[in-house]
Amino acid sequence: MSEPVNAESAVLQKTFELRILRYTPGRDEEPAFGSFQVTGAEGMTVLEALQTIKDTLDGTLSYRWSCRMAVCGSCGMMINGTPRLACSTLLRDLPPGPVTVEPLQNFPIERDLVISVDAFVKKIESVYPYLIPKEQKTVAEGPHLQTPAQMAAYESFSDCINCMLCYAACPQFGENPDFIGPGAMAMLQRYNGDSRDGGRQKRLDTIHGEDGVWSCTAVGICSEVCPKQVDPANAVNQNKTNSAFDFFLRFLRTEQPQ
Amino acid sequence: MTFSTREIQKRSISPIFWLLFGAGGMLSALFGPALILITGILAPTGTGLPENFLSYDAALAFARNPLGKLVLLALIALFFWHGAERVFLTLKDMKAGSSLVLKLGTYGVAALVSVATILLLLAIGF
Repeated sequence: MSEPVNAESAVLQKTFELRILRYTPGRDEEPAFGSFQVTGAEGMTVLEALQTIKDTLDGTLSYRWSCRMAVCGSCGMMINGTPRLACSTLLRDLPPGPVTVEPLQNFPIERDLVISVDAFVKKIESVYPYLIPKEQKTVAEGPHLQTPAQMAAYESFSDCINCMLCYAACPQFGENPDFIGPGAMAMLQRYNGDSRDGGRQKRLDTIHGEDGVWSCTAVGICSEVCPKQVDPANAVNQNKTNSAFDFFLRFLRTEQPQ
Repeated sequence: MTFSTREIQKRSISPIFWLLFGAGGMLSALFGPALILITGILAPTGTGLPENFLSYDAALAFARNPLGKLVLLALIALFFWHGAERVFLTLKDMKAGSSLVLKLGTYGVAALVSVATILLLLAIGF
């Protein structure tokens, strides 16, 4: 009888080099790269490599993560200069050589790979990210029904996980931090496209300025980097049309916004 | 839970330029290649077109017809507005100058061309 195979040793091990941008406010004058050698399973993700570093090499390494399966949107970072989710990026899929890991571009760094999300959250909040029912119904009157076609009109936009990769990729957000940005526009379209919703005008009024939908120049890279195929560029484009019609049709409206 | 509301911003006038840009883009996509083929290649070489198709008299008659005038104005002006928006955004991203200078150099040119086209179409008579 042969000895049972140790499952752990059967996994092909490999050593990777990660160059990570480090920054501790109050201590460091400016961010600087630190280099780490990580040995682990050949199929390990960037997030697993960061966890290995934190567990075995440097416990002070800071980064956000939660679900490990591209659902929570916490572990967005620049990997070799591209905004990606660390949990769904396999090291073996990257070109050989050191892997560069930096915090998401266009955001203030809080510490190491952790960025400040405050301004982003405020933008999401500003577009009324909840259903504003067209008509109030009591429980006795039953649910707000929707056909599959009505659901399909907004469903893809509801897949957004607020990971902010699109903001890190967007050159116009880089130029103008007040730009409402692709993610919030996808969120806006998720509700404006919902047949049960009655808040369309309210939301359009939040984006008709220069920092609203009109800061977009249709670069389209937001949709390319989106890990959930939300297509925020499409949401922006639809609302350029909506906002442009609103520009002229507002004179015909009987009800003026407060 | 309290939600923050952004101050409602002043309405941008971008929709005017964006709609002109969109209309010009649609027209250039639909008619641009055909126009280049007909006026740039087929007519000068005299291939595949009826005789006198783009002779001076035929072209003049087209430009004197009210519908022909509209077609010419839409094609010339909207093509220019389309190009102006593209060039403006590119130059703005390249930080090639102040916003006013860039707008004058792009939207300004498109506006001038539009006005000049209208004047010429009127001057050419009916």
